[in-house]
Amino acid sequence: MKADQTLDCVGLYCPMPIVKTAQQIKTMKVGEILEVSADDKGIKLDMPAWCEATGNECMGMEEQGGEIKIYIKKVKA
Amino acid sequence: MAEKEKFTIVVFSGDLDKAMAAFVMATTAASMGMEVIMFFTFWGLNIIRRNEGSIKSKGLMRKMLNILNRGGSSRLKLSKFNMLGLGTWMMKKLMRETNTPSIDEFIVMAQEMGIKMVPCSTSCGVLGLPDDSFRSGIMSQAGAAYFLGQARASKVTLFI
Repeated sequence: MKADQTLDCVGLYCPMPIVKTAQQIKTMKVGEILEVSADDKGIKLDMPAWCEATGNECMGMEEQGGEIKIYIKKVKA
Repeated sequence: MAEKEKFTIVVFSGDLDKAMAAFVMATTAASMGMEVIMFFTFWGLNIIRRNEGSIKSKGLMRKMLNILNRGGSSRLKLSKFNMLGLGTWMMKKLMRETNTPSIDEFIVMAQEMGIKMVPCSTSCGVLGLPDDSFRSGIMSQAGAAYFLGQARASKVTLFI
């Protein structure tokens, strides 16, 4: 999936990936896609929950060798 | 725009581990777009006390209490396995190694996110803690009615 921006959260535990995602999404335009990479397993349930709470779209997830990539589309301004 | 959902939390405990739980929840809720109010009472007040300088409290007993109970984010101890500070030292080391923010960093982060931190006026009175006992950016003291007013309007309320 092609992303407009990336965010590296490898090595960070909850709540930092969510905190950083919220900060970066704020700087992006509606419709743009953010790729978050992380290795804290909690993110697989955390990010969809964050997207639901904030009204953004969780477009998909890929896992490769312990590293998880999540794609989020900014929906709300 | 619709009014933000509220998240309120009573921070009663002044232990390092419990403070961490409170700030993880608070910063996550703020990241989820919620308005967050943290109400610090009793031992929890130690978390938001200044790390440096002494405080002027009234009466011998309060003066003694505040010598024994110094407070400040850098002086918090683990609720279990403190082992005269060794356990706490090890936990702080593990937190650093896993890039987990310290309580001090959590407080700064929370303030940047606009999280409101309110000291309980009754506890401040009983323990002899004037307004200048606290670090900068802490709100003015309030009582239980203020907290309950906020809690009534909250989606989520926790007590730690």
